[in-house]
Amino acid sequence: MGKILLEMKNITKTFPGVKALDNVNLQVEEGEIHALVGENGAGKSTLMNVLSGIYPYGTYEGDIVYNGEVCAFQKITDSEKKGIVIIHQELALVPQMSIGENMFLGNERGKKGAINWNETYSEADKYLKMVGLSESSRVLIKDIGTGKQQLVEIAKALAKKAKLLILDEPTSSLNETDSRALLDLMLEFKKQGMTMIIISHKLNEVVYVADKITVIRDGSTVETLDCHTMEIDEDRIIKGMVGREITDRFPKRSGVEIGDVNMEVRNWTVFHPLYAERKVVDDVSMSVRKGEVVGIYGLMGAGRTELAMSIFGKSYGSDITGQLLIGGKEVNLKNPKEAINAKLAYVTEDRKGNGLVLSNPIRVNTSLANMSGVSNRGIIDKDKEYQVAVEYKDKLRTKTPTVEQNVGNLSGGNQQKVLLAKWMFTDPDILILDEPTRGIDVGAKYEIYCIINDLVKAGKSVVMISSELPEVIGMSDRIYIMNEGRFVGEMKASEATQENIMACILQSGRGE
Amino acid sequence: MAKYMDVLKKNAMLIILVLVFLFFTAQTGGAMLSPLNFNALIIQNAYVFILATGMLMCMLTGGNIDLSCGSFVCFMGAVGGVLMVVKEKGTGVSILLMLLIGILYGCVLGFLVAYVDIPPWIATLAGYLAFRGWGTAILLDNSTTGSIAPIPAGFLKIFSGKIFETPITQFNVVCFVVGIIASIIVVALNIFTRVSKLKKGYEADSLVSMIVKSVLSVFVIMLFAYKLAKAGGIPTALVWVVAIVLLYSFITSKTTLGRYFYTIGGNKEATRLSGVDTRLIMFFAYLNMAVLTVLTSFVVLARTQAANSTAGTNYEMDAIAACVVGGVSAYGGSGSVFGMVVGATLIGVINLGMQLMNVDADWQKIVKGIVLLAAVVFDILAAKKNQNK
Repeated sequence: MGKILLEMKNITKTFPGVKALDNVNLQVEEGEIHALVGENGAGKSTLMNVLSGIYPYGTYEGDIVYNGEVCAFQKITDSEKKGIVIIHQELALVPQMSIGENMFLGNERGKKGAINWNETYSEADKYLKMVGLSESSRVLIKDIGTGKQQLVEIAKALAKKAKLLILDEPTSSLNETDSRALLDLMLEFKKQGMTMIIISHKLNEVVYVADKITVIRDGSTVETLDCHTMEIDEDRIIKGMVGREITDRFPKRSGVEIGDVNMEVRNWTVFHPLYAERKVVDDVSMSVRKGEVVGIYGLMGAGRTELAMSIFGKSYGSDITGQLLIGGKEVNLKNPKEAINAKLAYVTEDRKGNGLVLSNPIRVNTSLANMSGVSNRGIIDKDKEYQVAVEYKDKLRTKTPTVEQNVGNLSGGNQQKVLLAKWMFTDPDILILDEPTRGIDVGAKYEIYCIINDLVKAGKSVVMISSELPEVIGMSDRIYIMNEGRFVGEMKASEATQENIMACILQSGRGE
Repeated sequence: MAKYMDVLKKNAMLIILVLVFLFFTAQTGGAMLSPLNFNALIIQNAYVFILATGMLMCMLTGGNIDLSCGSFVCFMGAVGGVLMVVKEKGTGVSILLMLLIGILYGCVLGFLVAYVDIPPWIATLAGYLAFRGWGTAILLDNSTTGSIAPIPAGFLKIFSGKIFETPITQFNVVCFVVGIIASIIVVALNIFTRVSKLKKGYEADSLVSMIVKSVLSVFVIMLFAYKLAKAGGIPTALVWVVAIVLLYSFITSKTTLGRYFYTIGGNKEATRLSGVDTRLIMFFAYLNMAVLTVLTSFVVLARTQAANSTAGTNYEMDAIAACVVGGVSAYGGSGSVFGMVVGATLIGVINLGMQLMNVDADWQKIVKGIVLLAAVVFDILAAKKNQNK
């Protein structure tokens, strides 16, 4: 056993009314990658906030022993001085500034408040090389992709002389290729002696990189698994996370009859709204039948969201051409309102960004897309609105004390349910679900899958966009594979494997 | 105990308003309570209530403001003065023409903000500069003094003066009766809402809180009715203010249109993808603002009985301040007409109180600035506390 670099002993943190952490213990050895897993709200982020000094010493009980000494961090800079650097899930970079400026933000090179730009950029270039980026540090953040931005964050952490690097969901916004590159970089750092803690929902990644896995459930540590002494697979981790064996991650659908074609898209082409010459969706044709779940798999940036939004009342893109048939008849939907009237629903990818009004209660969010359903000549029937919200809350088993709760206070899984409720209330025939389970925990995912099954049982058509292969294969009847704006493959879910789907994408890339 | 603290917190501004009122009453030896000062409180501040209503609708959509409304009041005053006094057009024709000009300006502004995506404060900053200059130029072109007067009596009758006027020495019975009727309606509405809520099995306010609310409302209404009855009747400006406040309370709380103002302020993209024409709502916010600004110019023109180049100076700031003090979020998405009314009244009371105390004009500004800042700090701290819960 190596030297223990960090030990968190009996950490208890209470918020008014809630015990967020209850006697949590965590031991991290020097030079290992330690994964922290648990459902949303289990307390992973709270624990890391305690460690990094966001919750200052004194607001929690228990001890943090780092490098043999007990620490009493008052603020983030205290922990950073010791070499504990946390990279948050949401990137903290200023888009309009250069990579170099971002890297030394708050940690500027130079003397007495005057910045030495030459030193800044040459230092920055050095760290960029360490994370394998060939970009100049003078390039602006907004001009590089999310994958590279994540690497810049890591370079920034290195520039702070990090000894213990904490990565909170580092791959949540990365595609498969970038994720893999990042994980390999972590393994590379490990060889050089860096200690890392990774928080992730993506269990395949955890299994890939971690030396040890600590599972947290309901604010307490459940177990720590050592990947070197025993065989660890995803099911084993899930068992620890949810406290029971999940025999089937994807609920079975039975007795659903697949009917006629409900929606068909022919030769759909969409151009970028700003760069008019850039094709975002290129000659896509697809169909979905009644009672069918059609998966669209593609990496981030493949044009999936753009395809969905352009179909949904041309809410994205310019110069859209192609035919859209609903129920066998060609329609021209000019805006989201017309799309809703044509019984189409688009459940957006980004719950916070364009899905929900976080500052408003569940009641208001539930009725937003179908106000005429709860009003009479423009005057809202608040009783009816309340009833509708309660009805969907019960139906989808949204966990909340009342429907007057602001959506911002709900967990990711429950927010997703409110978003689904909003669109189910518009009584659609065709639902396009864009990444319906991103960032939500295993238990909530299962419930969302059950809702999808109920929808198709009721004769609706579901188009599910996802970048998680197991989910696409597990939930779809038929799968389209999208890459660089085009559909590069179509297969029945029964014939699909992770390998042949990835092969489709690789072949299409080589074909050019 | 926690329950009482909650009630106190929710109505903090209202309580502060009462305390400030009592403070000035004590400091002025009761002069605050004289019927004439009640009258002054209303007619001097009518403009704030009307403008702040429009500003509220703009701010709800995402903290957007209109800087041009004060200058536009001046400009419309000049136009009105020219129409009625110089060109000798009839009152009705003049009002109609002025409204048309207001709608035209509202359409231009709404188009720029909603469809060309110009940041509102920049688009309206242009109006702020231009209309002050244009209004002054019109006044100088049409008079030697830079002021057009007298405004015809027909116009004054509609927007200033009193309904059922009686000499100040007499007690105005009609005014008092109107107060009684209003009180009965308020109490009846309170009871009706509670009964219907309970009948359908919904959570309703406790009986105590309903009674307290009713008693307080009746007290305020009857206080005003009594004082105004002794001051010669109901000011016409009050009728306009009450009508507008009631109308917009209804729109913001009970209609789908009003709902969209809030959700756009909360999340514009989510609202758009929910099938709402968000551009149209933004357009409407600024059109509405311009129409209410014209109405304000009527009230102001009638009160001063002349068109001046200084009319409407800093009105936009008063309107914004009333909203912010009244708890309207500077980022949009939350705020109510009732809160705005409390905010506007608080500022009005402070203004009047300091005038009665003969506080130096410069000091009045300093005090108002501090009150505004305190209100925002209070608001943000309260929001933070809620977050931590």
